[in-house]
Amino acid sequence: MARTKVVVDPITRIEGHLRIEAQSENGRIAKAWASSTQFRGIEIIMQGRDPRDAWAFTQRICGVCTTVHAIASCRAVEDALDIRIPPNANTIRNLVHGMQFIQDHVIHFYHLHALDWVDVVSALSADPAAAAKIGQSLSPWPNNGEAQLRAVQNRVKQFVGSGQLGIFTNGYWGHPAYKLPPEVNLLAVSHYLEALDWQRDVIRLHTIFGGKNPHPNFLVGGMASAINIDSTATINAERISDLTGMISRARAFVEQVYWPDLVAIAGFYKDWGAIGGGVPNFLACGEFPETDVRDLGSLYFPRGIILGKDLTKVHPYEPEKIQEFIHSSWYEYAGGDSVGLHPYAGETKPKYTGPQTPWTYLQDETKYTWMKAPRYEGKPMQVGPLSRMLVAYASGHEDVRAMVTEALGKLNVGPEVLFSTLGRTAARGIETVLLARKMEEWMGDLNTRIRNGDVATFTKTRWEPSSWPAKSQGYGYLDAPRGALGHWVQIEDGKISRYQCVVPSTWNCSPRDAQGQTGPYEASLEDNHPLVDPARPLEILRTIHSYDPCMACGVHVLDAEGREVVEVKVQ
Amino acid sequence: MITSSPYSWTESEGLQKHLEKRGVSRRDFVKFCGEMGVMLGLGMTAGPSIAKALQAVKRPSVIWLQLQECTGCVESVLRTADPTIGDLLLDVVSLDYNHTLMAGAGDAVERAKKSAMDANRGKYILVVTGSIPMNEGGIYTTIGGRTAHDVLVEAADGAVAILAVGACAHFGSVQSARPNPTGAVGVRDVIKNKPIVNIAGCPPIGDAVTATVVHYLTYGRLPAVDGEGRPLFAYGKRIHDQCSRRAHFDAGQFVEAFDDESARKGWCLYSVGCKGPATYSPCPIFMWNTRTSWPIGAGHPCIGCTEPHFWDTMTPFYGRLPNVGGFPVEQRVDTIGAALAVGAAAGVAAHAAATVFTQIRRRRATNQVPESATAPENDNG
Repeated sequence: MARTKVVVDPITRIEGHLRIEAQSENGRIAKAWASSTQFRGIEIIMQGRDPRDAWAFTQRICGVCTTVHAIASCRAVEDALDIRIPPNANTIRNLVHGMQFIQDHVIHFYHLHALDWVDVVSALSADPAAAAKIGQSLSPWPNNGEAQLRAVQNRVKQFVGSGQLGIFTNGYWGHPAYKLPPEVNLLAVSHYLEALDWQRDVIRLHTIFGGKNPHPNFLVGGMASAINIDSTATINAERISDLTGMISRARAFVEQVYWPDLVAIAGFYKDWGAIGGGVPNFLACGEFPETDVRDLGSLYFPRGIILGKDLTKVHPYEPEKIQEFIHSSWYEYAGGDSVGLHPYAGETKPKYTGPQTPWTYLQDETKYTWMKAPRYEGKPMQVGPLSRMLVAYASGHEDVRAMVTEALGKLNVGPEVLFSTLGRTAARGIETVLLARKMEEWMGDLNTRIRNGDVATFTKTRWEPSSWPAKSQGYGYLDAPRGALGHWVQIEDGKISRYQCVVPSTWNCSPRDAQGQTGPYEASLEDNHPLVDPARPLEILRTIHSYDPCMACGVHVLDAEGREVVEVKVQ
Repeated sequence: MITSSPYSWTESEGLQKHLEKRGVSRRDFVKFCGEMGVMLGLGMTAGPSIAKALQAVKRPSVIWLQLQECTGCVESVLRTADPTIGDLLLDVVSLDYNHTLMAGAGDAVERAKKSAMDANRGKYILVVTGSIPMNEGGIYTTIGGRTAHDVLVEAADGAVAILAVGACAHFGSVQSARPNPTGAVGVRDVIKNKPIVNIAGCPPIGDAVTATVVHYLTYGRLPAVDGEGRPLFAYGKRIHDQCSRRAHFDAGQFVEAFDDESARKGWCLYSVGCKGPATYSPCPIFMWNTRTSWPIGAGHPCIGCTEPHFWDTMTPFYGRLPNVGGFPVEQRVDTIGAALAVGAAAGVAAHAAATVFTQIRRRRATNQVPESATAPENDNG
């Protein structure tokens, strides 16, 4: 059978612009190419700016991962200027980032990923009473009753009956890869709707500490939200009470809806535990410092590297071992296309060499993406929830071990299924449960300090540029919902002279390097991957969505080189 | 947006019955319409006419293009206010194309878009988030193998009106900040022959987007706008004039450093860089995330994100605005502000801010409402 060229562009239900090309053969994918089709050049824009403004610029790299670049940026500048933020500010950042994880992962599961597994049309033929019985067997969630599910089913029936299908138009309904019984589909659709209301509520934690979401406000040196439990205009008793309620509702939904749904749905798709494994190396930079970002021992999720799926050894993570390659990317390096550069020596010179638009195929081109190819000691790495959970598991992290063991036990499968499309989706759920529980502890820490009279949220020393050294540089790490993120900043005479990031989706969506090694998306699609009907590429969506792509982040803040950037030819 | 209630009513049934089925009483609906009237600056008495309009219209098609952007604006609309009635409002339209939420992908959604555009030609509302990169033939953003520019021009052609949502669609936002490496511009720089409303902000408050849609459906035309194309009902006043901390400005009570005693009393953030005096925005009135708070309410100065080119004109964000004055409505207090600024500004963003003030003063003086902001009569399409 001849190979068929397949193009999926746009990939939907992700952040940003992603094109997947593949060659399919006998119902399987033989080769795959991941192409990021947007470039913004924010790194170039950072030059000469006030480093205290950097969080706001870099935050706009992504409105889905809103907060993560802002916090990484603050950490980088604080590292450069040796600013220690107060414990309250560290805790507040953990609460904000923690809620980002929880909200983002739940939205990903229901609104970005679920339609890969859940057939909405099938839910129409469900028996609501039977669905309620299943729902009530899964969890004590009060909204799994028959009346509720029947109402949801009627809503969907009416919607379909209207003939205006909106976002569900041309979905792959009835595709043979959908395996859930109608009743489970109905439950999932019901929770899809409930999750929309839930996310709007719990994310208000950002609004209380940062004034808005998306893009809440941050501050180099701490947080701007002052604490005074007796004032009407600050973090006070009423705000604390509101926060406590949100944290409690976040946990309830995660434990009683998201996690049981994930396990139940996974039970029908165990074969996906052997599909889409891909790159066998995993990198986690660590996250949620419980004391200070410099105290690596206090990280709730540890840092480390797993190589070749070997869970018996955790290698240390050393940021200096990162290099970026442009063999397949629309950039040029002074040293040629085959060299790899550490971010500190990085260059960003966009140079488009692809075909004229409209494109037919990019797979015949050597260069095919705006994404660079980061490599760790020359190796491609997966980053994200699975990397974090594997590193924590292999490090003997008790909470993670307990959750992983529970999940594997419920599904009656061995740990080898973790290295798969299903494993990435399950790991996301596992860490969400752990963080939903952790939030209560962090809120308790904040309250304890307030009770003891410590209300400081900001370190004033080194706010004024006159207190800064003539030259400084800093590294801000952050393990974001989508994986390991790093910001590097250099400051000269009070201004940014260089700003660089290496971002989760750059790792995962990286293209081929000079050695011909594919990036994680591509490697997963080439790893035992089905594609039954190239015209309805549902299976491709499953694996790509298991990474939760964020393309605006990925093509990002590549490495601008000082004032050289003014020489970048943009016209 | 619409996904929170993915079902619709039939034409014969009408919206009211549809609402009743969902457990929303006639009373709740009228109350919602009254509140929407207030949000639109029409007062509670406009409620009945809004109710009538919403019950009469069919669901018009909405095509939502996401160009060079970060998806923050879609996320903002996902957070729109009231969990029950907000969904109903969004039920009023049929979202026929949107990358973030659509079930299908690739060719399947491109076909869906084409079908919707063909079937509703001249009638659909085009929502655009993201800017348009113009350098290098527009190669910096492509969708389905075509440039953002070409995708926009094609979709605009059959649209009845365009809602340019967010700072990117408004003027290019962060990627258009100096030196604008990709040549990013806003929708108005590319499309010249269609009515365009700029729902400004990075991102805008989702409710400003939904209220604009309601306005269009209710009155058959787009809302009146200012010289920047921003709806007056949301962007008609400066943050400074509606600020909950304004009394402290008037009293000369300023936060001099974050987390100082004044910050813990909730005093005015002018001295730590607040751009509220130069920013037209609904933040203090609509507030954010079901009216939970807003940036100044949470202790951080306004960064002016609803103003054009704020990344260049409002930075450094923590620099004091010089010369807060020139507006007769608050001459007395502005005298205080100006006096403070004289000592403090010391060249910080002086030129940029002065430019902004000149622009603002000019357009406020003329009270521009471009002709292009009026849409054709709604034909219930």
